[in-house]
Amino acid sequence: MAYPSQLGFQDASSPIMEELLYFHDHALMIVFLISSLVLYVILAMLSTKLMHTNTMDAQVIETIWTILPAVILVLIALPSLRILYMMDEINNPTITVKTLGHQWYWSYEYTDYEDLMFDSYMIPSEELKPGDLRLLEVDNRVVLPMELTIRMLISSEDVLHSWAMPSLGLKTDAIPGRLNQATLSSTRPGLFYGQCSEICGSNHSFMPIILEMVPLKIFESWSSSMV
Amino acid sequence: MAEDTKTNIKNDRTAPSVTRFPNQNQTRNCWQNNLDFHCWEKAMNANGGDVSVCQWYQRVYKSLCPISWVSTWDDRWAEGTFPGKI
Repeated sequence: MAYPSQLGFQDASSPIMEELLYFHDHALMIVFLISSLVLYVILAMLSTKLMHTNTMDAQVIETIWTILPAVILVLIALPSLRILYMMDEINNPTITVKTLGHQWYWSYEYTDYEDLMFDSYMIPSEELKPGDLRLLEVDNRVVLPMELTIRMLISSEDVLHSWAMPSLGLKTDAIPGRLNQATLSSTRPGLFYGQCSEICGSNHSFMPIILEMVPLKIFESWSSSMV
Repeated sequence: MAEDTKTNIKNDRTAPSVTRFPNQNQTRNCWQNNLDFHCWEKAMNANGGDVSVCQWYQRVYKSLCPISWVSTWDDRWAEGTFPGKI
């Protein structure tokens, strides 16, 4: 989960997020290389008294700095498209969970078998227990089985919201009247935190999301107890 | 859950991915299955057939559609004002 003074992404907990981390490392390395080259050239240009006052053309370098950026862009685009298509692969989900954004809480519906639905409100700061995380704890977490493909259908009952889960690489807008699909899959058990990511009024910052990924048997007993 | 989830998973108890609705926007998938269920139900009732064959569509739309949408649409079906031709 997020921690103070964090610089990079949260640790990946889904296969797609792992790929995104690698891609980000790749693209950022290219950015650093180009930036350091440019910085070096600027410093080199500024720190010499030598001048060439009758330059007419520079065919070789012009060719290089036309072809090379095109090659670099292709080297960025190919892994990017690979991940884009990977996110769109047809996978057969094992369960479907709906999440609806409200002002200012999320509600969750598991209706594959019996109708299970509940609301998930943030726990106010005054009611936190020792060890709880401020502005991130909720009364009812979304319990899901780990290592299985889950279809998330996201919508809203009032204004725009956005359901985000950074460690799983998910962010999907919750739009009233529209049902957006996201595919969720966690590689490990645990608690995963997210927050509403589309401005939705005064308490936009106070409607967090917690996923509790558990083994399948525990998920079964939880859902039996909730119905 | 009342039944064993492993059995349910083996039996594909959730709505499957369909090539007809491959994209992120699944609104039409939900709406279409709701419409198809009522269409089948009407046809089966009219011809004296077994309504249980329509259960597939009902299961799919119950999995996909938010409960509030379903209850609004049920009211419209009851009134005869559902905006879908069957």
